Amino acid sequence: MKNQNRRDFLKTAAGIGASIGIAGSVKPAKASEKTLSDDRFGILVDTDVCVGCRHCEWACRVAHNIPTPDLDTYSDNSVFKEYRRTDASSLTVVNEFENEKNSAMPVHVKTQCMHCEHPACVSACIVGAFSKLEDGSVVWDGDKCIGCRYCMVACPFQIPTYDYDRSIDPQIRKCDLCFEKRKTEKLPACVNICPNEALLFGKRDDIVRIAKSRIKRKYDVYIDHIYGEKEIGGTSWMYIAGKDFEKLKLPKLNYSPAPGISESIQHGIFAYFVPPVTLYALLGTIMWITRKKKGDDSEIKDETNQDKKGGAL
Amino acid sequence: MMIPWPVKHRFLTPGVFVLILIALNGLVFLGIRFISGIGAVTNLNDYTPWGLWIGVDVGAGVALAAGGFTSAALGHIMHREHYHAIVRPALLTAMLGYTFVAFAVFTDIGRFYYIWHPLIMWNGTSALFEVGICVMIYMSVLYIEFMPIVTERFIGRVDLPDFISFLNKPVDRFLRYIDSRLALTMFIFIIAGVVLSTLHQSSLGTLMVIAGQKMHPLWQTPILPLLFLLSAIAVGFPMIMFESLLASRSFKIKPEMHILSRLGVMMSPILGVYIAAKIGDLFIRETFKYIAPLDGTAWMFIVEMALIIIPFFLFLSKKITNSVLGLFIASAFVIAGVLVNRINNFVVAYRPFFNPVEYFPSFGEISVTLGCIAMLVLVYRAIVMIFPVITQDRKDVYNKMIELDKSGPRRWI
Repeated sequence: MKNQNRRDFLKTAAGIGASIGIAGSVKPAKASEKTLSDDRFGILVDTDVCVGCRHCEWACRVAHNIPTPDLDTYSDNSVFKEYRRTDASSLTVVNEFENEKNSAMPVHVKTQCMHCEHPACVSACIVGAFSKLEDGSVVWDGDKCIGCRYCMVACPFQIPTYDYDRSIDPQIRKCDLCFEKRKTEKLPACVNICPNEALLFGKRDDIVRIAKSRIKRKYDVYIDHIYGEKEIGGTSWMYIAGKDFEKLKLPKLNYSPAPGISESIQHGIFAYFVPPVTLYALLGTIMWITRKKKGDDSEIKDETNQDKKGGAL
Repeated sequence: MMIPWPVKHRFLTPGVFVLILIALNGLVFLGIRFISGIGAVTNLNDYTPWGLWIGVDVGAGVALAAGGFTSAALGHIMHREHYHAIVRPALLTAMLGYTFVAFAVFTDIGRFYYIWHPLIMWNGTSALFEVGICVMIYMSVLYIEFMPIVTERFIGRVDLPDFISFLNKPVDRFLRYIDSRLALTMFIFIIAGVVLSTLHQSSLGTLMVIAGQKMHPLWQTPILPLLFLLSAIAVGFPMIMFESLLASRSFKIKPEMHILSRLGVMMSPILGVYIAAKIGDLFIRETFKYIAPLDGTAWMFIVEMALIIIPFFLFLSKKITNSVLGLFIASAFVIAGVLVNRINNFVVAYRPFFNPVEYFPSFGEISVTLGCIAMLVLVYRAIVMIFPVITQDRKDVYNKMIELDKSGPRRWI
């Protein structure tokens, strides 16, 4: 409905000045602040519990209709030799890292979209194809997306992926917290299949509390930091680990929301259209003041003089 | 008498032939991109989603087309009539430049058939949306600003093929009607063009701010929009000088030094403001320490700054601003400086975490970029040979025009 109004407004907008005016007055899609429910989801990845079975990778593909080999083939550990990232056919990936305390027990880290509390992709997307839902999930709308890949530039975790090999209907893909599936089932596919309960799904507040108590209980195992509790303004997925998170290839990020600076610049430039309209008026005034008076043929004279000068050069 | 008039010259020259080959090579890779997807032509990947096409075709393209709004501000808004001769070529450059940018965007976005979506799907928080919508409106404004040149070319000279020649009169009347309407409303579009330009030139800088820590601290600064605007203003006149000198050499016309020299004299203060902002930012954020390692990235920064600081001193010299070669070289420095700046901002400074392969543009990407530039030059050449864009000394034509119309040739764009 809101969209419809904007469209009508655009149609009736007269003059360029007016249409610039509207473009800026579009209210920021601050869904993250307005509609976020207190019951929104959080998921804890306990890297100390995860054994790296990669069942979550398999379940994720099945849930998103991505062709996948048999579950048995996932016991092959050779994939861990190289660091892998999410791509167009894997929305979640488990990587293995060395464990200095116990080399027989390497650390496994599952990565996927973090479902930020203040998502950079939602703020950045040119057509608003991403939205932050009330339950905390960040989902992509293929009917809007133009494939500009600005979300990939904006994402602090560099998660969204793009189908580089398709010309028609290439997809931006990332974890959607099994948004469709959860209409009928309770848990996302990866959480559902995890045999060791390394993934804990619940209300975000509860998850933070549980993570804190786990760190407290096993203080000799975990470092005292919940990755994702405050990073980039907080994320839905959070991690606890016995090792510095940067060594687990989770980027060290500051605590201010990712879109913060960009949005405030954007709103500063536009500030209810005052700056552009003022500039327009100012330029109009200059144009009026410096206009050529009637019967003033200084232009021609000027040119003839310059002609002579130009000839000398 | 100096008057804008279609250039009389052979279209095909050896240089033009080379340009055609470059364009054809680009078209081949463009074809592959649209058939097999972006991955088939580019080295882009999930770590580096933006590359040469965004850095050069879009980023630098928008900046190098800035001559359109700086000359309009000077010639039309401040009414410095002396500079009128450069307004038309600058306008044509901007119009073609933005068309080139729009085509580059069309090529680079994955779902190119949805390129119209931003018109109706709005996201006010997105810097890219702001750039997109401003560029779209500004491009329309540029085409409107060019209209009078078209009407001027054809009014009284409409000569359609025989079988539709009965339409000559109605078309002429139509052109006269448009012409009269445009004459009344043009000031609206001229001011709008300048406002739209300041908006999107700066928002283009805001684009990379959201990349946050993925962007190298030498370039990642909250004043990026200001730096982009200042550098766009700085490159506007050099682009006009560069092009004008190139065109007069190619078409064997006398260079318009009486205008270009005066533009050259203005350059040092304009460049100075940009350099001051750039260096001030370096010291306020204390990012100069990132130059110390003298690695590849630091060198790119040094090159970028050198390409701007050298012409700052060159333009101070009267000898240089008065000589064709001097002006040409000094302008080329500024253009290269801003080009490298845009490449740095969009490609070099973007450093994804844990990236296994550093991005470098593929042969296909470079071919498409060069091919598009070649096409732009060819179209420019064709247009100045058809329409009255470039000012030349044509007393014969002028006298004839005075005979026809006592008020003299119309000169309001």
